[in-house]
Amino acid sequence: MNWTRKDLLGLKDVSAEEIQYILDNAATMKHILSQNVKKVPHLRGKSVITLFYENSTRTRMSFELAGKYLSADTANITASGSSVAKGENLLDTGRTLDVMGCDVIVMRHNCSGAPHLLSKHVNASVINAGDGMNEHPTQALLDMFTMVEKKGSLKGLKVAILGDVYHSRVARSNFYGLNTMGAEVYVASPATLLPKNVDMLGAKVCKTVEEAIEGADVVMNLRMQLERQKSGLFPSASEYAKYYGLNEDKLKLAKPDALIMHPGPVNRGVEITSGIADHERSVIDEQVTNGVAIRMALLYIFANRRNEE
Amino acid sequence: MKKIIKNGLVIDPANKINEIRDIYIDGGKIVSAFDEKDAEIIDAKGLIVAPGLVDMHVHLREPGFEYKETIATGTAAAAKGGFTSVACMPNTKPVTDNAAVVTFIKDKAEKEGAVNVYPIGAITKGQKGEELAEIGELKAAGAVAISDDGRPVESAGMMRKALIYSSGFDMPVISHCEVMSLVDGGVMNEGYYSTYLGLRGIPDAAEEVMVSRDVILSEETGVPVHIAHISTKGSAEIIRQAKARGVKVTCETCPHYFSLTDAAVVGYDTNAKMNPPLRTDEDVEAIKAAIKDGTVDAIATDHAPHHIDEKQVEFDYAANGIVGLETALSLGITALVNEGVITMQELIEKLSVNPAKILNIPAGTLTEGAPADVVIFDADAKRTVNVADFASKSKNSPYDGYEVSGDVIYTIVGGEIAYKKA
Ligand SMILES: [Zn+2]
Repeated sequence: MNWTRKDLLGLKDVSAEEIQYILDNAATMKHILSQNVKKVPHLRGKSVITLFYENSTRTRMSFELAGKYLSADTANITASGSSVAKGENLLDTGRTLDVMGCDVIVMRHNCSGAPHLLSKHVNASVINAGDGMNEHPTQALLDMFTMVEKKGSLKGLKVAILGDVYHSRVARSNFYGLNTMGAEVYVASPATLLPKNVDMLGAKVCKTVEEAIEGADVVMNLRMQLERQKSGLFPSASEYAKYYGLNEDKLKLAKPDALIMHPGPVNRGVEITSGIADHERSVIDEQVTNGVAIRMALLYIFANRRNEE
Repeated sequence: MKKIIKNGLVIDPANKINEIRDIYIDGGKIVSAFDEKDAEIIDAKGLIVAPGLVDMHVHLREPGFEYKETIATGTAAAAKGGFTSVACMPNTKPVTDNAAVVTFIKDKAEKEGAVNVYPIGAITKGQKGEELAEIGELKAAGAVAISDDGRPVESAGMMRKALIYSSGFDMPVISHCEVMSLVDGGVMNEGYYSTYLGLRGIPDAAEEVMVSRDVILSEETGVPVHIAHISTKGSAEIIRQAKARGVKVTCETCPHYFSLTDAAVVGYDTNAKMNPPLRTDEDVEAIKAAIKDGTVDAIATDHAPHHIDEKQVEFDYAANGIVGLETALSLGITALVNEGVITMQELIEKLSVNPAKILNIPAGTLTEGAPADVVIFDADAKRTVNVADFASKSKNSPYDGYEVSGDVIYTIVGGEIAYKKA
């Protein structure tokens, strides 16, 4: 397909055709990852900068490796130890990267909409690596890639997403992407962690985890940040684990071949038991590998976009 | 100089006048008819002539935030918008919580202001909600009301004392209603759009719980209270019921609460970020109904200028508020009068007569002997809002590019022309 999109800010307005194109490219990239020598010259002479206002070694490393495998020049800026910490504003930072000739800016930010703001003011492509509570499109893409690998297709899949939906950009990106690709999404979470009108984003709200898991092809648990307890959103880790966590008993309600997924890092014993995390049907490790493939595909697509202009 | 405004449609609700007639001005006052010679003639044929508009809720930012707005630029914006009197909120730096700051503002306005400026003093020292400000001294220096606007008086006990104490000075109390524990870090209305955008939501209850509280305190103490910028259906209903049982509560809303919804935030437009936040369609309809049935007494702008560097940032970090002085009349005409919600006369009541009454200031009437504060506007003129043309120092308006009706042709303050359309 002829790729015209400048930025990947989220999946809410990305078409099925575009998602399929990214997933197809990721399959090729995964093949490269399985080779003995992983380095290919696809992005030689291209530069990728990761601009992280929030710490996430995993996601940053995933992008960085993706870039390096494709021979792009990569550099990292994190909130500490750079002008960011000195209070330089976002647009000034972005413009600086732009005039340095950066092709792709991979951005992680604690504020929803920050990549949208940046993208309007830079020529470089902006890939959202997670913005506040809004979206984390590359995570949802790697989730979908993993589901396709295991299930063949997303159409008609029943996906249960459990836990802290309110704060979850992973959940939101999955709602959009999965709905676009024809899957059905069910959610269950403590009522205090269910955002208002979430059904309008294409998530079917269930009162209990059991209801959401019933007959599911995929069970995805979200990370629960334990400090939310202090703001009164739930009473304790143990009550959370009991009612909203995933264990062997609850898993029995899902299809026998249901996949267990988690965006990581896992709070063992809170959102899922250790037994579940290491379960034979857990694809948590493969999600991480697939993350590199998806990010290779995205960097390839976006860094080359300008060649075609 | 003597002036005669001729042939305009005079709408003077205070005197129940709504007809074509001439207005005579001499010595800065409205006077009875005099001979035409030696008088400047202003031809108002086809235009509406009304008492100058009164904005009971503006932030002029001086002293302390002159990079956002000054008394000079803010009042120039007021004049351009048809306002002849503005009441400015005390969240200045230093806070307008003492007579000296009130005097500073009055002096500065006297020298540089294009319109009449009425300072509003703080309810509590430093707007901290802990100790009462010197309300008697504030009044003596010229403050016309008290408010901790920008933040709520969080303690019910403090609010009750403020109402009771201020009654000794007949000082109107204006309440900014916001329960911070319910706001809980929210940056926009809680609803579909906050979920869609991944922004923290502010529930209606954050406003309504405090509106209820203040209604109850007013009812119990018998002291009037004025609720600032109501934005929700629930607030309107609480006030409607309170008025029905005789509580001395009045309220204002702002043009954005009857002309925009939280859908305006899509795209993370920081010019759609204000406090209280833009609400839903249902709220907009309820606010219009409350304007129509008189629950809403006044339309105020909550003119809140901010520098572009405070708006062109992440949505969470962006300052709250929009400028409103130069769009309010047009939005009232476009969204209320032209839509059949209220008549032009009722719009003038809410933009001039009623706020003047609530603040007890000499404005809102074209009675003989009253100050010659007059607005002359073309209600039918179509125009496109262009923030680049604003007299305000700040351009933070979500209405840039909007097609609206209504254009101010003259603003006359104390018999002198403060603004004339070029
Ligand atoms: Zn306020």
